[in-house]
Amino acid sequence: MTKEKREIIIFLIFTLAVLITPFFLQGSYFLNVLVFIGINTMLAVALNLLLGYAGQISLGHAAFFGSGAYISAILTARFGLDPWLALGVAAAANGVLAFVIGFPILKLKGHYLAMATLGFGIIMFIIFNETVSITGGPSGFSGIPNIKISSLVFDNDWNNYYLIWIITLLVMLLSINLSQSRIGRALRAIADSEVAARVMGVNARRLKVQIFTVSAVISAIAGSLYAHTMTFISPTSFGFNFSIELLTMVIIGGLGSIYGSFLGAAILTILPEFLRVLHDFDIIVYGLMLIIMTMYMPGGLISGLQQIAEFAGGKIKSRRANHA
Amino acid sequence: MLRLEGITKIFGGLTALEDVSLEVKKGSITGVIGPNGAGKTTLFNIVTGLYTQTSGKVYLGDKNISLLPTELLAALGLVRTFQNVELFGKMTVLENVMVGLHTKSRSGIISCAFKLPRQIKEEKQIKEKALHWLEFTGLAAEAQNTAHNLPFGKGRILEIARALAVEPQLILMDEPAAGLNSQETAQLALLIRKIRESGVTIVLVEHDMDLVMDVCDSVIVLNLGKKLACGTPREIQENKAVIAAYLGDG
Repeated sequence: MTKEKREIIIFLIFTLAVLITPFFLQGSYFLNVLVFIGINTMLAVALNLLLGYAGQISLGHAAFFGSGAYISAILTARFGLDPWLALGVAAAANGVLAFVIGFPILKLKGHYLAMATLGFGIIMFIIFNETVSITGGPSGFSGIPNIKISSLVFDNDWNNYYLIWIITLLVMLLSINLSQSRIGRALRAIADSEVAARVMGVNARRLKVQIFTVSAVISAIAGSLYAHTMTFISPTSFGFNFSIELLTMVIIGGLGSIYGSFLGAAILTILPEFLRVLHDFDIIVYGLMLIIMTMYMPGGLISGLQQIAEFAGGKIKSRRANHA
Repeated sequence: MLRLEGITKIFGGLTALEDVSLEVKKGSITGVIGPNGAGKTTLFNIVTGLYTQTSGKVYLGDKNISLLPTELLAALGLVRTFQNVELFGKMTVLENVMVGLHTKSRSGIISCAFKLPRQIKEEKQIKEKALHWLEFTGLAAEAQNTAHNLPFGKGRILEIARALAVEPQLILMDEPAAGLNSQETAQLALLIRKIRESGVTIVLVEHDMDLVMDVCDSVIVLNLGKKLACGTPREIQENKAVIAAYLGDG
């Protein structure tokens, strides 16, 4: 079986699992959690394209998520725009924003890039929080309309589940395609050796800005969908802590693995449900997870699972060989 | 093929290169030698746009490439390898060479994400060509290995394979034999000749004198940032100034 065929089969199995899961669940609580996992998967995939493939860090990605959510909320609730149109505007606006700020800051490398994106995230958070007349400030923004397709309104968990997950699956598929193409290779080349990539004719500067833009657009789409499914948003969802959570999802799941991003998103969405008893100290657990993962499983859970599978496979093979 | 006119490079108070002019003939193998710190790698970095010279001009054929950024040079047929082997370590050997074909393909983010028919066709061509270059350099058996798992000698060859995938007119090799054993160096010499026979001009910076004297048509000697001598390997071996620079003139 070729690598490509295997990828297609894995994706089909994953899609099937996603589509039938709701039929095995009782009550809306689990569906609701799965909706969040879908949104977080989109965000983790978006950040993974930037961090896992191109090797460029962002500590401010929650800002694009928030900006997408607020633009969509304001356009629909205040100006009566159709949610789909608002989603498009939010995506486009964040694309432009990412291009404009990405162009100067992606010149920076390592810690400096981390600091610049951190600063960007904090500035955006302050805007969400302080422009009370526009965003509603700390008390949040309510009354955001649901997404509609003619008479079908996405106002219950069942509908939302399929809305979010179909778009998430699409984002995953497109990202997988991208990662296996010449663009994906060029991005990974930049991460491994930017100077060698440039010698091979890869325009590293332009490609980094492009992928930063793509990443921001996906994050904004996730933000817009979040706003329309929750119908209420507040700045705390889009702060520095959430940027770190996204980073944790990508690293725990596995840098450069799209399914890893899903795994990371799932774990970090479910875990807080169990960590409620710790209140604000839950961030300590995330920190510990990051430390342990980077020390003992730097490829993330996905590559850890692969290693275990290969190890087990190797044992079976050698046992068979011994028997023969 | 390659012509440098009066290249000077000053780093702060240090003059790394001073008024270096040289010419590399099409289809030749030219060696650049000199003691450590002579400015050989600086010269390569200037030609490939990684450094900007303080003054002087670089021509590739008739084209003035003095101020072109690195990433535009591959498309013009100029490529290099690195002294400290700059492979894409986490990618497979095949993928490394496929990156070398970046300038031979056009698909953008959109057509890659949606796998448009044109992109699928292009991808197939990239893979075929990359496999061809792995065959050419004798690395075909390693195609699916991860690059950082390659033994050092094969890593050096992979850098050359990746550079060949650009289909360059001119390859600059920065100490391709450094760290190789004598058997690997002999294979490298064969490969260098094979590349020249396919019509590619080669410039190599090298400390391995046996290799330089064996494969090069002409040799340029740098010392303390200045061009000390140039000529055939035999002329260089007999040049008094060169012997003095290497052994001291005591």
